[in-house]
Amino acid sequence: MNDQNPYLEVQDLRVRFATEDGEIRAVDGVSFALERGQTLGIVGESGSGKSVTSLAIMGLHNRKKTAMSGSVRLGGRELIGMPEEQLRRLRGQDVAMIFQDSLTALNPFHKIGSQLVESYRIHHPQASKAEARKRGLEMLDRVGIPNPIKRFEQYPHEFSGGMRQRAMIAMSLVNDPNLLIADEPTTALDVTVQAQILDLLEDLQREFHSAVILITHDLGVVSQVADEVLVMYGGRVAEYGTVEQIMRQAQHPYTWGLLASMPSLHGDPDADLLPIKGNPPSLLNVPAGCVFHPRCAYAMLNGGPCDIEVPQLLPLSLSAQPGHTVACHLPERERVRTYEEEIASVGVAL
Amino acid sequence: MLRFLVRRLLTAVLTLVAISMTVFVLFFLGPADPASSMCGSKACTAAQHDRIHKALGLDRPVTEQYTDYMKGIFVGRQIGEGSGAIDCPAPCLGVDFRTSEQVKSVIGRTFPVTASIVFGGAVVYLIFGIATGMFAAVRRGTVFDRFSSGASLVFASTQIFFLGSLLLLILVYTLGWLPGPSYISPFSDPIGWVGGMLLPWITLGLINSAQYSRLSRAQMIETLSEDFVRTARAKGAKIKAVYFRHALRAAITPIVTIAGVDVGAQLGGAAITETTFSLPGMGKTAVKAVTDQNLAVVMAVVLIGALAIVIANVVVDALYAVIDPRVKLGSEAK
Repeated sequence: MNDQNPYLEVQDLRVRFATEDGEIRAVDGVSFALERGQTLGIVGESGSGKSVTSLAIMGLHNRKKTAMSGSVRLGGRELIGMPEEQLRRLRGQDVAMIFQDSLTALNPFHKIGSQLVESYRIHHPQASKAEARKRGLEMLDRVGIPNPIKRFEQYPHEFSGGMRQRAMIAMSLVNDPNLLIADEPTTALDVTVQAQILDLLEDLQREFHSAVILITHDLGVVSQVADEVLVMYGGRVAEYGTVEQIMRQAQHPYTWGLLASMPSLHGDPDADLLPIKGNPPSLLNVPAGCVFHPRCAYAMLNGGPCDIEVPQLLPLSLSAQPGHTVACHLPERERVRTYEEEIASVGVAL
Repeated sequence: MLRFLVRRLLTAVLTLVAISMTVFVLFFLGPADPASSMCGSKACTAAQHDRIHKALGLDRPVTEQYTDYMKGIFVGRQIGEGSGAIDCPAPCLGVDFRTSEQVKSVIGRTFPVTASIVFGGAVVYLIFGIATGMFAAVRRGTVFDRFSSGASLVFASTQIFFLGSLLLLILVYTLGWLPGPSYISPFSDPIGWVGGMLLPWITLGLINSAQYSRLSRAQMIETLSEDFVRTARAKGAKIKAVYFRHALRAAITPIVTIAGVDVGAQLGGAAITETTFSLPGMGKTAVKAVTDQNLAVVMAVVLIGALAIVIANVVVDALYAVIDPRVKLGSEAK
């Protein structure tokens, strides 16, 4: 592994699906980098391309119907174009995944224990069943499942939602992966359990020193655990920066919309939440110019650039902090002013 | 499990009683006149007709005949009166009006033929149908998939008497590759049994596998899009493990249900198959008994058919619980 480069480096990733209705541009030029020990939050609505990005990294899309370009480098190896068999060996070993709904994501026909043992033995074929069982029990215990010996012999439907998600986490970490992708890991859980699972993920990340990609639609979740945030909209990156930059100096009107639609402990309790008007764009028929312009309250139209030209993802020039990039045609001074006058007052818990 | 079985057995007994009553009532409501059909083409005199009618006990009230019949099943009975009376020990299913053969022995002779056809055929069409369907699902859109979809459409729209006769002509009479269909007891000559049954099995296999192939394909395609299949791939499982260990079991569950009920229903008599291949099975016997107005035989076949369906349902439910851990039987369910 080359220590000069980040562990995961995604450059200009593009994913297109062929469907009966035409070609879908699910991911359109996404770049980011992630070190081990760091957490990247990918935020966006459904259809923003956030889940497709993660499935593409894993090579879990339907190869016949998908065209991919760009580069995904994991520990120095290029994943795009890698033969399926090599990619399969990486899955579960170097990159593991946690899915949203643990009830459907775990196999209902097999015991939790046997699913854990399977995960371990796929990548440790020389390990005996007893060793794999020991490792599985250790992991169940590590993720805070009481009475692991009994739980080992139970089926997923016999677990509560929170316990099942813990089991799913145990299963994904059984091979000590360097990158963990968690796709909406807490969305199906109630709030108290959500917090427990997020705490657990943080603890485990520290212990295993892995890189984590947390995919969510919930900025609140991101603000709790992420180091960096990638805001996606319509398959493109709207804004990318550290969690402080995104939560305290958001520059993109879409990010503002996400912030304003969040309830806050610090703001005015009677203030209405402001939903973003309209719906995410159909990826079959992406709007010209900035994908967000049809829903943007600040769009410069009628000869303005927003409905004509695709904005580039550019670093801020006025900000003292490096690493904050945004794809928006509004002048930076204007964005800073708007954020401070209209959005910051809504108050965001960090 | 035990409570489930007891409850299902009680239901089964009630079902059978209801069916037997229905058959009795229908027989007497209809224009059935076994005495005249026994006289055959040579018309009997009125006196002869009455004598036969009385000898068969048909002059007595329906309820009395029914209780008699039921009593016969459990303790046996005498059929007819005087010197012509036939002793019918339990379990008595009555006698064949025409041949005076005990119905019990008619069933004992014909049921093994039907069971051989049905179970052997089921093995062929389930293996063949599920295998091609699953393979087509995994190789969706390929030449194999299109070919098997097309072939199953052709076979599904073919009739046994057509395909059976065609295969009989080609494989037996023209090419001589297969022996002519016949029934030889598997206990006396297992190889002869297989040989004699091969053609009916192949015919049933081709026709019925079409349905199972289409069903398996659809089920497998649906299962392959399930989240847990994606999880299996995300774990790095080999594609074979994804198919066999993870997807197959989920895809096969509904097929088991349909197969069980199908086999149960076919056991009530595979009349067309038996007729096509001139096999002395229960279905063929039943059809003849209906035209002869031979109540005792019709009744026995109907009851056995009903029993087979009831048993098949219990077996399917029990199998379901074995395959799918989420299914709990009867009172065990929350």
